[in-house]
Amino acid sequence: MEEQLRGFIKARFGEAMVREEEFRGEQSFHIKPEALIEICQAFLDDNDLQVRFLSDITAVDWLGHERADEGRFEVIYNLYSLTHAYRFFVKVHLPADHPRIASLCDLWPGADWMEREVYDLFGIEFEGHPCLEKILTPDDLVGHPLRKDFPLTYEQPQFTWNKDQPPEVVR
Amino acid sequence: MPEKKTVTLNMGPQHPSTHGVLRVLVELDGERVVKATPVIGYLHTGIEKTMESKLYHKALPCTDRMDYLAPMSNNLGYCLAVEKLMDVEVPEKVQWARVCLAELTRIKSHLVWLGTHSIDLGAMSMLLYTFRERESIIDVYEACGGQRMMTSYIRIGGLAHDLPVDFDKKVRRVIKQVNNGLVDYENLLTNNEIFINRTRNVAVISAEDAIAWSLSGPMLRGSGVKHDLRKANPYSGYENFDFEIALGKNGDAYDRYLLRLKEIRQSLRIINQALEGMPEGPYRAHVPGVVLPPKEDVLYKMESMIFHFKIITEGFKAPVGSVYQAIESPKGELGFLITGDGSNKPRRVRVRPPSFINLASLPRLVEGGMFADVVCAIGSIDIVLGEVDR
Repeated sequence: MEEQLRGFIKARFGEAMVREEEFRGEQSFHIKPEALIEICQAFLDDNDLQVRFLSDITAVDWLGHERADEGRFEVIYNLYSLTHAYRFFVKVHLPADHPRIASLCDLWPGADWMEREVYDLFGIEFEGHPCLEKILTPDDLVGHPLRKDFPLTYEQPQFTWNKDQPPEVVR
Repeated sequence: MPEKKTVTLNMGPQHPSTHGVLRVLVELDGERVVKATPVIGYLHTGIEKTMESKLYHKALPCTDRMDYLAPMSNNLGYCLAVEKLMDVEVPEKVQWARVCLAELTRIKSHLVWLGTHSIDLGAMSMLLYTFRERESIIDVYEACGGQRMMTSYIRIGGLAHDLPVDFDKKVRRVIKQVNNGLVDYENLLTNNEIFINRTRNVAVISAEDAIAWSLSGPMLRGSGVKHDLRKANPYSGYENFDFEIALGKNGDAYDRYLLRLKEIRQSLRIINQALEGMPEGPYRAHVPGVVLPPKEDVLYKMESMIFHFKIITEGFKAPVGSVYQAIESPKGELGFLITGDGSNKPRRVRVRPPSFINLASLPRLVEGGMFADVVCAIGSIDIVLGEVDR
């Protein structure tokens, strides 16, 4: 399956592939962001590979790490072939400034909430998403908590004994 | 002809049938659901962010608090992922004990599901029966880790302590009790006409849709897709056990009920095999600098004490790269994506929460159906809001 998959991507999307990575027996394909939809559509249409299951979408913030040279945000698409019981990852790198990528909602309806979560927690925009709104954090929260420059803080709860004091944020 | 008017009804977040703090905005045309919008996030505590700020060993207790009905499965998923990242091999005894505990957890989670789901549908007495059996499983937990719910018993590289001396006896009692209990449940529900009317052909999802919506676990198998990570990508020595994948056919709530009962039976089979063949050996891997040395060594051996101190204070440094480890938790595919960045804290801990992704399909399940079936649909997905919101 691994050889077949590599051949498939190299033959049809050789130009879009940035690099290949193998870590602890898991195969990842780093691709250019603009080719994402095309590649995923090709997976869905191909009857030999049978890659039909989008397991997860998530992101990593590489702020302050040497890996950030490729782009601060790494969006990870976790794809799975039910017939071959094979899992692999498609990764794209996005810049720190206004990160955005095409939405997969047209291909997989299940991508809806996964993309909303990444948008909420990382501030990555998914273009073409039908309803890109916050999903986990409160509406009045400013910022994206899973970014590395979002501080890990806690706020002093307001009780009767301190209700007149301004809320203290402990960093 | 008058204009057709719809009514928007707010269900939850404080409503017992939503299994926690789930809020569903339901747009109704008479009794028919036109549109359903789940609203979540009331229990969001930033567990992923918290775990990213802790050493690998110290992030473990956070995992119990996500799916609090199946703590051992969460521990197992996280530990397997860190072990994969650090390339740690665990002893055979640990693998077998973990399988045994994970299957007990599956039974425990399914029992709570069965009790609460039946209460939603009006079978009030079920909860008392299922909690009776659940109690005996919690006794096993307490004997192992000293805690009834937030066990943190499975640790990176092994277990927190050796298995208790009467483990075998206690688990055999569970098997016997659950076997008896299953007879009761089947007598009460399987041929119960009210239960069948409330669940058959309700919240139906086809196999193609289940795959497109990324569903996993009983939601996927209930539609007839033969996929179980324990068979497809065995972890923790599941390849040594003989069991069958329970399958549904119609993808409705009744099939998922039957399927979960079958899964309990298969879990009992696995536990039996694990008890029969439980190997002897150490309960923790010997990997100095990564895995904590056993407590009895820490008290009497110099090197063990030094390593213990170093791991607790500064942890270990993980290589740069991401690993993903998925396990078949009671609710579906529970995955941990852990990214190391060369420091002693994870750069990213992503939990692929099965409840969250299964819940996303709720509008697809209920739209066009009757309002009373919304409760049945929420119940049959089997969600835990602690895991949905994290």
